[in-house]
Amino acid sequence: MEPMEIAEQIKGKFPSEVKEIVEFQGQVSVLIKKDKLLEIMNFLHKTPELYFDFLVDLCGVDYLGKKETRFEVVYHLLSIKYNKAIRIKAEVSEDDCVIDSVVGIWLGANWHERECYDMFGIKFNGHPDLRRILMPEDWEGYPLRKDYPLKSDLGDKEWKGFKEVIAIGKKNLAYEVR
Amino acid sequence: MAATKDLKTKTLSINMGPQHPATHGVLRLVLELDGETVVKCKPYVGYLHRGTEKLGENRTYPMALPLSDRLDYVSSMANNIGFCVAVEKLLGIEVPERAKYIRTIMAELTRIANHIVWIATHALDIGAMTVFLYSMRDREWILELFEMACGARLTVTYPRIGGVRADVDQEFLDHCYKFTEAFPKLVEQYETLIDQNRIWLQRTKGIGVLSAEEAINWGLTGPTLRGSGVPYDVRKFAPYDAYDKVQFEVPVGKAGDVYDRYRCRMEEFRQSNSIIRQCLEKLPGGLVLSPDAPGYELAAGPRKKPAPPAPPPKAEGAPAPDAAQAAAPPPPPPEPPAPAFEEVYVATEVPKGELGFYFISDGTGKPYRMRIRSPSYVHASVLPRMCEGSLVADVIANIGSIDIVLGECDR
Repeated sequence: MEPMEIAEQIKGKFPSEVKEIVEFQGQVSVLIKKDKLLEIMNFLHKTPELYFDFLVDLCGVDYLGKKETRFEVVYHLLSIKYNKAIRIKAEVSEDDCVIDSVVGIWLGANWHERECYDMFGIKFNGHPDLRRILMPEDWEGYPLRKDYPLKSDLGDKEWKGFKEVIAIGKKNLAYEVR
Repeated sequence: MAATKDLKTKTLSINMGPQHPATHGVLRLVLELDGETVVKCKPYVGYLHRGTEKLGENRTYPMALPLSDRLDYVSSMANNIGFCVAVEKLLGIEVPERAKYIRTIMAELTRIANHIVWIATHALDIGAMTVFLYSMRDREWILELFEMACGARLTVTYPRIGGVRADVDQEFLDHCYKFTEAFPKLVEQYETLIDQNRIWLQRTKGIGVLSAEEAINWGLTGPTLRGSGVPYDVRKFAPYDAYDKVQFEVPVGKAGDVYDRYRCRMEEFRQSNSIIRQCLEKLPGGLVLSPDAPGYELAAGPRKKPAPPAPPPKAEGAPAPDAAQAAAPPPPPPEPPAPAFEEVYVATEVPKGELGFYFISDGTGKPYRMRIRSPSYVHASVLPRMCEGSLVADVIANIGSIDIVLGECDR
């Protein structure tokens, strides 16, 4: 079955959920609403003729100011049996920054979803252990968002955090450091 | 003194890493131990996080290429190739045949070099010191070949978007050929040291068993997946470069334990060697860099779109320039089109597994989103499943067998 046919099949089964089907360089992406994500994913995973048993990748994308809905969560699926790949993209708005977790279908989604939460602040409903993974646990902000600065705007000035860190460190020390 | 029956036991949490030599980098495992049995294993990663994806989004495609070296620094050439293949697909650049073959040679040399480092450290972790000395000696040979081709040994940045940086000379080809002649005997040397070694077998057989369904469900790739008997290899499933023009087999294991993963990689040594041999014999002439390849001066602004169809050439007797200008005032510059997002996900088979680059382009010279799907990240996530219920010593064997590099895991 060609990727385009698979996309049409999804649209046939969930006509109200599929928003857009795009093909570029032979790769097909299906843009869906997030509400029935688990149903669609289960359909792709369980249907014997499709059998997408392999979640290759899961990541977030921030379309700040470029698209109506700010975030998209992108799933790259592969069927090892049929050697067919498809890309599913689910829209996640900034106000309702939550999407269902697919860990129940693919265990490999666990760390990918944690990274997506870490980098974009998208929460995953039903994730067993949703914590930051690459950034420190007390980190503020979500680094891969488009409004997160690449560099600090302090210029040559010292990062004030250092002083705070040093002050806290001194307070915790029993003796004065010279 | 209390009677023995009154003694209570409790589990003990210990840190393995992040500065533990057997965790192959800065991987930290918090192990909850009941005696010597691991009750719970919690991996912590991110110590080497450098924000490669964010950096990539703020550089043009050619400038982001050197970032890929720093992912998996043991097999940087393969990462470069993965990056280039993905950008070529996005920009629609055709690579010359000779460059494809050279890249295939380099990718397979990298695979051998990576597996050499893997067998050296994996065996060292388990206690077989000698393999380390032999295999690191032979890795030097490959690094010298890299140096001959591009001047660098570790972070090479030799491939370019649209080909490779420089052509290889006859001296390189001769040396490479000599290497392929000698290497099968060297693999035998490593095997004689450990393949039937009683200690090695006890430490690896039946340890860290993953069934085929489980391995697929966890998203494992590369030899880690193939050890469980799944013949998934990107080189066969979606051939890139010259892999569709060479003959090779994909070795698979059966039991899915540490030993079978070890066997898979040992067989890959031989297959890679054979691929290099075939490429050297078939190496065509011609260009090594496509004329369409973007240079470092690739504009950060709107990328050059395909030129509009040329106006039909004027029929006989072109009118005087003045008359033409007077007749047709220059049309107003067209409105810049709304950014159409183009996206590709391209995977390549790097020594550790499937390295995928997912690019979203908004039509400028910089990627709007650069996502790196790194095999080590996925492989590290399976550690709790492999280690819980096993002994502490097996944790070390498991970490070695999934072949992770934390530079790639943390990106």
